[in-house]
This record gives sequence, structure tokens and C-alpha cells, in this order.
Amino acid sequence: MAKKKKTKKTPTTSRSSTKAEAHRRDRDTLTRGKLSELAQSVVKSSLAGREPKIEVPSRTLSNTRWNKSRKILQMGNACQERQLFNLGQAKKFMQTMLHANGINNLIEADKTLSLRGMFYMGLHTIQGTKNEKTFDEQSESDTVLEDMEVAIGSLREELHIFAKKAGTMVGNITIIDSGDEINCRKMGSGGYAIPSIVEPDVIQFKDCTADFILHVEKNTVWSRFNEDRFWEKHNCILTEGGGQPPRGVRRLLHRLHKELKLPVYCLLDCDPWGHYIFSVIKQGSISLAFESERLAIPDAKYLGIRGMDYERCNLSDDVQIALNERDINRARQIAEYPWFKDHKGWQKEIKKMLSNGFKMEVESLITKDISYVTETYVPERLARQDWLS
Amino acid sequence: MAKKNTTSRRANAESMAAGQREISVSEFFAKNRHLLGFDNPRKALLTTVKEAVDNALDACEEAGILPDITVRIDELVAPASATKSGTYRITILDNGPGIVRRQVENIFGKLLYGSKFHKLKMSRGQQGIGISAAGMYGLMTTGKPMVIHTKPHKKKPAHHIELAMDTTKNKPEVTLDIETEEFPQTSSGTGTQVAIELEAKYVRGKTSVDAYLEQTAIANPHAKITYIPPAKASEDPALDQIALDEDCSEDAEIISIVHETTELADRIIFPRTVDELPPETQEIKPHPYGVELGTFLRMLKQSDQRQLGGFFKHEFCRVTPAVVQQIAKAATSKHKTITSQTAISSLDHAAIEKIYKALQSAKLRSPPTDCLSPIGVRQLLAGLLKGVKAEFYAASTRNPAVYRGNPFQIEAAVAFGGDIPSESQVSIIRFANRVPLLYQQSACCAFKSVAESSWKNYGLSQPRGALPQGPLIIMIHMASVWVPFTSESKEAIADYDEIRKEMRLALQECGRKLGTYLRRRQRMKRESQRRDVFERYIGEISKACNSLVGVDTQELYDALLKQAKRRTEIADAQLDDEGNFIKDKTNGRLDGDDGVLIIDRDNPSPPSPPSPPPPPSLTSSPQSAPAKIARSNPEARKSAKAKPAVTRTKASAAATKKKTQAESPKNRPDQPRKRSSIANKGKPKPRLRLGSNQGEGLFG
Repeated sequence: MAKKKKTKKTPTTSRSSTKAEAHRRDRDTLTRGKLSELAQSVVKSSLAGREPKIEVPSRTLSNTRWNKSRKILQMGNACQERQLFNLGQAKKFMQTMLHANGINNLIEADKTLSLRGMFYMGLHTIQGTKNEKTFDEQSESDTVLEDMEVAIGSLREELHIFAKKAGTMVGNITIIDSGDEINCRKMGSGGYAIPSIVEPDVIQFKDCTADFILHVEKNTVWSRFNEDRFWEKHNCILTEGGGQPPRGVRRLLHRLHKELKLPVYCLLDCDPWGHYIFSVIKQGSISLAFESERLAIPDAKYLGIRGMDYERCNLSDDVQIALNERDINRARQIAEYPWFKDHKGWQKEIKKMLSNGFKMEVESLITKDISYVTETYVPERLARQDWLS
Repeated sequence: MAKKNTTSRRANAESMAAGQREISVSEFFAKNRHLLGFDNPRKALLTTVKEAVDNALDACEEAGILPDITVRIDELVAPASATKSGTYRITILDNGPGIVRRQVENIFGKLLYGSKFHKLKMSRGQQGIGISAAGMYGLMTTGKPMVIHTKPHKKKPAHHIELAMDTTKNKPEVTLDIETEEFPQTSSGTGTQVAIELEAKYVRGKTSVDAYLEQTAIANPHAKITYIPPAKASEDPALDQIALDEDCSEDAEIISIVHETTELADRIIFPRTVDELPPETQEIKPHPYGVELGTFLRMLKQSDQRQLGGFFKHEFCRVTPAVVQQIAKAATSKHKTITSQTAISSLDHAAIEKIYKALQSAKLRSPPTDCLSPIGVRQLLAGLLKGVKAEFYAASTRNPAVYRGNPFQIEAAVAFGGDIPSESQVSIIRFANRVPLLYQQSACCAFKSVAESSWKNYGLSQPRGALPQGPLIIMIHMASVWVPFTSESKEAIADYDEIRKEMRLALQECGRKLGTYLRRRQRMKRESQRRDVFERYIGEISKACNSLVGVDTQELYDALLKQAKRRTEIADAQLDDEGNFIKDKTNGRLDGDDGVLIIDRDNPSPPSPPSPPPPPSLTSSPQSAPAKIARSNPEARKSAKAKPAVTRTKASAAATKKKTQAESPKNRPDQPRKRSSIANKGKPKPRLRLGSNQGEGLFG
């Protein structure tokens, strides 16, 4: 039987992998087609004596639409023109063409590169100059790549680019990552590092028994939960995004939520940044609004820390961190975002924090007891269904 | 005298009277030689050359001869040390009309003897002190008489006269008087040569003979001056050298090329660049506004006229019969009725004073201005062009004005950039009646007018109340029948409000042109920087596209480069059209202006392109391309307004080019052109451009 099972299993995995392979090849052909289309339009207008332009949908707050019914952020139709014969844009234009070529080569070689790798691939001294580099620093390269995604409508993974790993997962689930089976129940103290590309052709889910996902803000908090075997006791998946979660983490959460119908609960700091992280998980970010549909989890819930926890949990004065000018401005800005503005709970929450005049980190609960957060705080919130949505 | 005890005094009137005697003018000046510009050996050399050259130029112009002057300085005894003076012989030869024998002593041997003092006429010399004072100085310091050769007639032999001077009597003493056939060949066949030996010192620098002659050449483009400096010129490193050495060597080259006489390589020739004499100036009568009561009384006394009307008519200018009537009426009192028929001898002092007052308050026309001969904008530019290697020249001539009844006219010119040193303050070269003024700069009205003009408006930096800074040479010329000098040595122009105002206005006129040019140049620079940026990236883009879609790298590069050039050109023209600073919108203003000359002296090295070289087609088509767009694309019509400007610019530039060529001196068509080609040896011929983006200096 076991033998039979094994023989049965191999063809299925190989079949699925060939399927994923074919899918990927199709996708690559499509991406390359888009790249050459981009180059072709530049060439065409150049040879015709017209100014070569690249249209890049603008990734700004003003071009971000709040889709009320779907409760996600979406990118508007506004486009920026990247012109070659514009002093402020000439260099970016050149960099875009450079990266387009680089990505094309990358796809051709069927390799993936990190953002930093792309930076180095495009980096060289411009011919005919003494010491002018094509890129001054990586951030220039990164923005060009993000622009490229929206300009040709291909996602980062389709461009064969990945970001640095930032995010950890542990819990009652087994996944297959590039063909390797990974049991997230046996990840020791370190946990499974969530890769940047988590698309179905890279990661498949297998054998999930968890009931929900608890996402915490930082690695320190995540370690606390992992050490206390929280995920075992409460049968869940525990993730962490290192502050603002990168795309890989968000995409994985989204997939777990969508494909396995797992609710997502977030435990974040009680400060404007924590609030914004939640907002990003829930409805998407401004800079990646074009990907919201693949990233946003409109049903995500915010467990805490809440402004009222100071009184509710009888925390000591020592945990207070005074809000500075920047925090206050940021909080007011967040309160004005359309997806917060009509939300009474959040308006109240932000007001509470502002009236408190201080912020609190998740770690502040440690002042009660080392395991207060895992043993009391979170279970209590979950039991009472006491959260902000 | 009245008192008894006078004898106990050291002297009495009688004894004093024994020591009281007339002081001769020459004696006075012998003791006070600094008043005439002989304060130190260095200055003595310059003053001597200056007086002789002034006289020579005046004489030539008066006789209608194009001046051809040779200045030669021989070092007879070299200075023993840097602080001591040596002995020099200065020889000045002109091709003027010569001097008749009987006047030689008076002209060269007597102070305050001359033809110019009593005339209200524009001339270099005024008082008739100069050359005789130089001779006197030479005699006093070396004991050698002045040696004069003069040839007033073509066919007759020349006079050779040696002249000493008795300072106590202000009387010349002829020590040698012979007729000789030996006289250097001059173009006119007549001429005068003066040689003076004197104790002096030859130093190069700002206030040297070299600088004086160079500036003289600028202000007298119609004169050819040959200068043979002492063989071993001592150099004073402390003194500023305005690229003199370079100029010398260059001029030496010209000689060797133009005349092909190598043995003359020791001299400097300042060539003639304009072959027209300045128009002959008219002598004018005094204008009443410039006459003081004492002078007025003297004039009344000396006049040949009997009646008041006749007096005014013959002794003054601009006093019409109507004005005379008006004055007479004003002067009429109960005792005496005055009309224009009144005999002037019958007037008493009170009446004269009344007449004088009425005269001063009467409304009179300004004095006639045909007595003035400004250098003229064209000649100013020609002169500057030959003396200064700059990239921008502007000149302006004001209309005549009047101070104290003396008509005068101010001209100013500026030269900017090029070889002019940029770190220091600007240099000012001052002229009075075409004579360079080298000393006492800060006491001069011209200096003050430069300092009080606001050069910041014209794109130069200027510390408060000081001269502006930058690669600029400012030239100011005052032409007048009577230039008010601050001293007899004629070094600085007195500070009359009217004069200063005119100077300021002339400078402002030049400054505005300079400002326009500098702003334009800055704009050009910005544009070319823009172009540079585009050009840098085009190569990268072409290569990326080649790799992506297989387009020919070179073809794409060429297409983009063409566009980059066109775009920066268009942007330039548009900027001009809406340029906030340029009031009149045409580009042609600066280029079409007679008073402006722009020369691109730098080799405009094209920015080295990335891998592929710029295509040859680029030079031919950038003009036609925008025009094509304007035709084919209706949307481009908005900017089409700007596009003709591009062509207009070109056209006017071409016109200017043509004009300047036409303007260049006719008499030696080969020489100046040769010179400029020499001046830019190894570089392309200077060509006129709208501006230079390669200029070094303040903004470079």
C-alpha cells in the first residue's frame, strides 16, 4: 500500500509541477512580450522623431481609490509620463530601460534576483562620463522596479525579482516550498522564514489543521508566542512580518485566508504605525495599491493593543511612551484616510490614543507577567470576540 | 617803513626788494616738476613719451595725415640697481606736417607756448607745457639738449636742431642748427623727429610706456604706432601685467608675417585698424555759461567790437540777437538805457555785472558739438578688439553734453571674458581726448562713475562702493574742448556732476548689453548642460533597446541625439521669446546692435559622445526639423511662434557676421584678419556666435 501510495503520489506531484512549469513559462513569455512592447514603443517614437515616453500609473495617495464595497485600496487611472527629454526624468527613463533589459535577460536565463541583485546588475559607469553611475544607490533601483511592475502590469515575481526575506511562520500547517515539504509544526525556535515569492507555483499548502492565523508585529513578540507554544494550544498559525509586513508575508496571509478560509487576527502596537500596519494588511498599501486584490484581507481583525488596555489591564505608568509631534500628525493623517474616516471604532480608537497622549507596545504587557499576553490577553480577546475590524 | 625800528629787523622793504624778482614759468616748473608728471624716473619716461606722442598725433590729425608714429626707447646707461634710475634716449618720429624753422625753438624750448591753449578746440595737448617740459627735464638730468629733426617740406632738406633751454628766462638756446638731407622716410614725406635723453627708469606694468601705447592704440585705431622698447626691459614682478608679454610676442609675429622682416622682431607694431581720420573738429567760441565775470570783463576789454550786439555775436556762441535784447533790457537802469547798439566802452562795472547776471540766467542753447570728435562706437570696438582678447565687446557713445559751458562727450566700452583675468577687480582704462590716463585712477571721475554704477544688475559681483569684479575691462573716453584735469600732469578728470552723470549713463548702456549677454550665456550654458544630460543617457538607452528588441544601436542613438539637440535648441528659443529679462523680444537685439561684438574664442569642443560618434547629418538639419513639426502638427502651432526665432537668430547672426566683416578696416584688408588668425593659432578662426557656453571666467 505504502509503495503503491508512493508511486501514485510521484506522478501527481510531477504532474502538478509540470503544470506549474508550463504556467510559469507562459507567464514568462507574456512578461517578455510586455517588456519588448515597452522597448518597441520607445524605439518607434524615437525613430519617428517624437519624444519617447513611458506611461507609469502613479503610485500616490491621490491616485489611490478606496473601494468601499470591496473594502480594499485600488489604484486609480492616473498616469505619470516618464519623458526622456525632461531634466528631472531623463535618468529615471534611462534606468527604466536598463532594468527592462536586465529583467529580460533574467527571464531568459530563468533566474531570480533580489532587489539588491538587480541594483548590481544595472550598475555601471555611464559611457562617456567620468564617474557617473547608472544608479547612485539601491533605493533608486527599487523604485524603478516598482514603477516597472505597474508600467507593464507585471508583478514582481513575474519579473523574477524577490525581496529580502522578512517574516516568520510557525503553526499547524505543512507546506510545499519549491518541492520541499515543510512541516511548520517542527520549526524549532526560529520558525519558517517566509520567502518573498509565495505564489502557488512555489508554495502549495498541504495538511492544514489550524483554525485561525495570529499575526504579530515583530519577531520579539512572535518568539514569546512560539516559546509558549501558543499555536499548539490554540491550534493556529503564528506569523510575524518584521514591522510593516513585506509583500511575501502579506501574500501568504492572503492565500491562507482565501484558500484555507482561515480568519486573520493581528496583534500590533498601539501607535500610529501599528494602526497603519493593520490598515495595510486589511486593505492594502498606497504604494502597492495595484496589488491590493492579491494582498488585502478585508476581514482581518485587530486584537490589540488597544488604547483602553492601559486601564483595562491595569498597566503601570512605566509602559507609557509619550506621543511626539510626528506620532500625533501621523495619527491625525491616518484618521483622515477614507477607510478609517467612516469607521466609528477606529475613530474612537485613534481618539483614545491621542487623548491618552502615549503609545504602548505589545511588550508592555510583559510588565504584568512574562506570559500574560499569550496566556491571558490574546485568549481573552479571542474568547470575547473583542476586536476591531 | 613808517616806524623807526625797522632797522632792527632782519630786513627792510628795500633790502627785500633786492631779492624780489620775477619767477620764470620754466624755473617754477623746474622746481615743481611733479606738477608736470616728472615726479619719479619711471613716470618721467612715460610723461616724455606721452607728450611727444600726443603732439605727434595732434599734428598729424590737424594736417589730415593718417598718423604713423614710431616710438623708440634706447637704454644708454642701465640702472645700477632696481631702485636707481638709468639713462635713456627717447626718440619719437611722426609723419606729420613738420615744423617751420622759426617756430622750432618756441615749440620745443618754451614753456606755455602753443597753439592750443587759446582755442576752444578738442585736442590732446592743451597748455603747451608738455614737450618743452620734457626737454627741460632731460636737460636738467643729463645736460644733453633736445635733438629735433623736422621736415616741413617734401622737397627741401630737413632741419637738424639741438635745443637747450635757459630756465631762468624761459628762453630756448639753439646749440646746433644745420640743414640735413638725413631724415627717416615717412609716408607723407614730411615729419618731425624728437630725441630726448633723460634720466629715467623703464619698468613694465600697468603704468608703463607699453601700457600707455597699447591704450593709445585702442583709442586711436586710425594710428599706426611702432614701438621699439629697450632691449633689456627690467621687469618688476610687483606690477600687474595685462597680458603684455603675450601681446608683444604676438605682434612680433605679425611683423614677421606681414612684413617678413625678421630683423624687426624686436618691436611692437600696433596696426591701424580704421583708415579714416577722425572728423576734423571745429574751433568754437566760448559759451556764456562757462565764462566767469572776470573773464567776461577781460573779454569786453579786449574785444574789437564796439557795440554790445557785435560783441556777443563775435565773442560768444549761442547768443542770439533776441537774447541780447533780453539781456540789454534786464541791464537797463534809470540812469542808462542799454540796447544792443550801446557801445561797450560806455558800460560801467555795475552795468556789466547786470549784463553778466542776465546772461547767466538767460535761456541759451547748448554749445555746438561739431567741435567734438568722439572715437565712435565702431572704432571703439575696433580698438578694443585689437588690444584686448575678450569674448564680448560693447560700446556706446553718449550725445554731447555741457559742463560749465564746455561741450563734452562721453564714450564707454566694455570687454568681457576671454583672456581677461577673472579673479581681480575690473580694470578701467581712461582716456581724455584719446590720450590714455594712467595715474591717479582713484581720483578720477571715471573711476568714481564705475564704482557708483550698480554692476550687480548686469551680472557682476561688486563689493559695496567698490569696483566690480570679474573678467572685465572698462574703457571710458571723454572728449571735450577743455578736459578738466585735476592737475597739470593731466592724470585724472575732475569730478563734475555733469561729467559723472554722463559717464554713468554711458556705462549703464554698456552694462545693459553686457547683462543681456551674460544672462544669455548663462541660459546657453544651462541648455548645454541639459543637452549633456540627455546625451549621456541616450547611449545607455540605445544599448538597452538594442538588446531588448534588436533595433540598431547607432540608428536609435542618432535619432535620439538629433532630438536632444533639437529640443535643447527649441527650449532655448522659447526661453528667449518669453525671457523675462530681455525687454525686446528679438534675439537680434544684441546681435544686430552696432555697439556689440561677440566673439567665440574658445574651441567649442563638442561634448564627447558615448560610444558612437555624432552623426554628420546633425549639423545640417536641426533647423529644418522644428519647422517641419510646426507645419505638420497643428498643436505645435503654439510653440511655432518660438520657432521662427530660431531661424531669425541664425539669420541675424549671419547678418552680424557679415556686418563685422564689412566693418573691418579696409585699408589693410589682410592685416587684421591675419592677426586674428594668429591670435587664435591652433584654434579655429574666431567666429561670431550668439553666445558662448564654453566661456571661462566668472560664470564659466
